[in-house]
Amino acid sequence: MAIVELPENVRVTKLDELVGWCRSYSLWPMPYATACCGIELMSTGASRTDISRFGAEVFRFSPRQCDLMIVAGRVVMKMLPVLQRIWQQMLEPKWCISMGACCSTGGVFDTYSVVQGIDRFMPVDVYVPGCPPRPEQLIQSIVDLQAKIQQENKIFGQQFDAPSRQRPKRALIEKTNS
Amino acid sequence: MTEPSTIEALKAAHSDLTFSEFRGQTRVVVPLASIHDVLTTLKEQLGFDYLVDVTCVDYLEYRDAADRFGMVYLLARVETNERITVRTFVNDPEPTVPSVVDLWEGANWLEREVWDLFGIRFDGHPDLRRIVLPDAFQAHPLRKDYPLQGRGERHNFPVLTRAEG
Repeated sequence: MAIVELPENVRVTKLDELVGWCRSYSLWPMPYATACCGIELMSTGASRTDISRFGAEVFRFSPRQCDLMIVAGRVVMKMLPVLQRIWQQMLEPKWCISMGACCSTGGVFDTYSVVQGIDRFMPVDVYVPGCPPRPEQLIQSIVDLQAKIQQENKIFGQQFDAPSRQRPKRALIEKTNS
Repeated sequence: MTEPSTIEALKAAHSDLTFSEFRGQTRVVVPLASIHDVLTTLKEQLGFDYLVDVTCVDYLEYRDAADRFGMVYLLARVETNERITVRTFVNDPEPTVPSVVDLWEGANWLEREVWDLFGIRFDGHPDLRRIVLPDAFQAHPLRKDYPLQGRGERHNFPVLTRAEG
């Protein structure tokens, strides 16, 4: 077999990795900002921290045009059906960042109306701790998500078929104390 | 604060009123039967044209409390900057007070909020629906006998997975 020498500016890769590379650097965030985390989300998009350096600056307010949902702030029980509906309206492949303590766990709001972590009811890829997280933390989560997309991406989305991705992270739902 | 002349006029118009004062704020406790008449007097004759708030307190297991719910009407008179707090008490079962929407339009949503969170019915309210919580919600969560973490309402949702997304 003849060995072909490639020119310097030519690379050989797998199609999956190429697609993952493209996807990870053109994330289109859907800002689902319900509380103070939303303010940090806005400042992440503003000029000082400038999320566009990481290829994710175009916030779209239509779920049809997004592939990254950033849930920023507490989600109450009246809001969760709306959140789920927006998530279902987004096109595959899609990812979700759970930003802040309230969104990830309910935070200090352990009351009847606040959902104790959105990952009980929908898939979450990256969690950001903090109350609210600094913009740097959100940017780190986007960098982490980019690495995740590049590592596991398949062009037909087979990575989402794995059993571990089929169920929410916390399958255990509290028993109702009726 | 409330002008002494206002208090005198209110005393002259109605009996059975209990006045008290705390840090310059006048409170008047009214029997449930005459609450609407007293509020009518305050609005029509004494010029309290602004309803600041309608709210409620649950006195379940409160020390020395004789009644379950205490209704609170905060009134203001824009012309003289007077304020007055009107209170009345209602009890289980089916705590009901007359609506004041006919006096102040703005009471509409305030009374809906009290109905939503405390379960106080308002007789004569044009549209007594829940205002904050979902329509399907069963309880009135600011009542003291409602558990802080609810009765499982926050867990009662379908679980979305990747395959369904």
